[in-house]
Amino acid sequence: MNENKTIKEREEEITEEFSLFDTWEEKYEYIIDLGKKLEPLDDKYKLPENIIKGCQSTVWLVSEFKDGKVFYKADSDAVIVKGLISMLIKVLSGNTPDEILNAKLDFIKNIGMMSHLAQTRSNGLVSMIKQIKNYALAYKTVSVN
Amino acid sequence: METTTTIRPTFDVNDIRKSFPILEREVNNQLMVYLDNAATSQKPQMVIDALNYYYSNYNANIHRGIHTLAEEATTAYEATRKTVKDFIGAKLSNEIIFTRGTTEGINLVAYTWGRKNISEGDEIIISAMEHHSNIVPWQILCNEKKAVLKIIPVSDEGELLMDEYKKLLSSKTKLVSVVHVSNSLGTVNPVKEIIEEAHKVGAVVFVDGAQSTVHLDIDVQEMDCDFFAFSGHKVYGPTGIGVLYGKKKILEEMPVFMGGGEMIKEVTFEKTTFNELPYKYEAGTPNIADTIALKVALDFVTETKKNIIRNHESDLLKYATEQLSAIEGLRIIGTAKNKVSLISFVIKNTHPQDIGVLLDNQGIAVRTGHHCTQPLMARFGVPGTVRASFAMYNTKEEVDRLVAAVKKAIKMLT
Repeated sequence: MNENKTIKEREEEITEEFSLFDTWEEKYEYIIDLGKKLEPLDDKYKLPENIIKGCQSTVWLVSEFKDGKVFYKADSDAVIVKGLISMLIKVLSGNTPDEILNAKLDFIKNIGMMSHLAQTRSNGLVSMIKQIKNYALAYKTVSVN
Repeated sequence: METTTTIRPTFDVNDIRKSFPILEREVNNQLMVYLDNAATSQKPQMVIDALNYYYSNYNANIHRGIHTLAEEATTAYEATRKTVKDFIGAKLSNEIIFTRGTTEGINLVAYTWGRKNISEGDEIIISAMEHHSNIVPWQILCNEKKAVLKIIPVSDEGELLMDEYKKLLSSKTKLVSVVHVSNSLGTVNPVKEIIEEAHKVGAVVFVDGAQSTVHLDIDVQEMDCDFFAFSGHKVYGPTGIGVLYGKKKILEEMPVFMGGGEMIKEVTFEKTTFNELPYKYEAGTPNIADTIALKVALDFVTETKKNIIRNHESDLLKYATEQLSAIEGLRIIGTAKNKVSLISFVIKNTHPQDIGVLLDNQGIAVRTGHHCTQPLMARFGVPGTVRASFAMYNTKEEVDRLVAAVKKAIKMLT
């Protein structure tokens, strides 16, 4: 359903949804709901090498490169983190490495989740984005060579 | 017939709160409830003022300066040493060495005393509830010297298994390094007994006082520990200043840690003679401002009286334990009989981090995670806990807000 939308359009969609919420409770209930709905990662992917370092909770991230596009799957033992990563996947998955690498991800600020980007939070949104982009960079390098 | 009544001195928490300007702060549009005191305590106005006054009026490098400012700064700096000596019951001021914090104190001993006295096959005993700071320096030392690290196990309640400890002791034991109060569980360990047993086999004992110094009366002579360390910032003082206590005889025999100014007597390119205690271990320009302000913090605690603070904090602990225990699915990790005002807990089907995020949104600061005690978390089979730790300025109303916020978080998450 997201296939034909640009990263920017997907970001705007999320921002619009969040604009309907008046309270922090509504925002977090939405994120928690996203977390619960995110398809659980198959146990065979829950390997130490797929764990994102720098998170207080355990976050697994795997990726696949198909027809010039990168697809991501992730899971976490903490549901808010899972909700946040679900949004990242919604925005970034299914795009080309260049599009992913160039994504500004302004929506995080626009939906009032900037505090999750603070390094001190160690809840890993920064590490997640970094790892997502690392994969994109790796596929870009592979596809160029 | 005589009746005995215990008269408890009055303690006005609202009056105490006035000394801590940060407690007026709002977080996420609500008056902040600060329950992360085991990580660092807030600072009373007088400590903040002392820092400001030092930099505004007599900032100068200490020792050897002959001008007025240098003398004033030196006098204030050395006055803190005397205050610390009294605060922890040391015999001599020169047994007090200023460090950056507990971690540096442990490392100092590992790198100096440890490298001189530990050799292949020797054993060092620590406990299963140590902070990483009291694990890693000894691990590094053991690897280097081919020595062996032994661990005192912990019961399900979070108490040290003393019989197991006694079995670990032998003539091979050279050092026992234990935490006085667990930062993850709140358990107060029977350090006096631990020390007595260790001394019987000729081992030296290091007590990590990072969590105990703010709550308990510390008397290193009565305890008879060989080393004791604490951090100023957990005792209402500034960050970046800590204390290492060591018995004079041991400190004198130890090799130096860092070389530089202050720690020398005479330097030629052929040979350096080192300064006497405590300067031998204080190379370079020390943390003058924070050291001076530490005195103000310790005086504040002494004047407020530790036993009165302790009464208040144990009331909070009792009340919070009752209130939190009543929440369905909540399990307290660390139920030792002798505890300081700290509660670690987990909640069924929720991750501590999620609870922490939702508490922060309600203006409540707690710590979540493994609290730098990963082996202990593994022992209890949890990825981490939510930890609420109370200080002299916390109130029952704040406990109520914590409990309500936890309930709300559970509702949102499940």
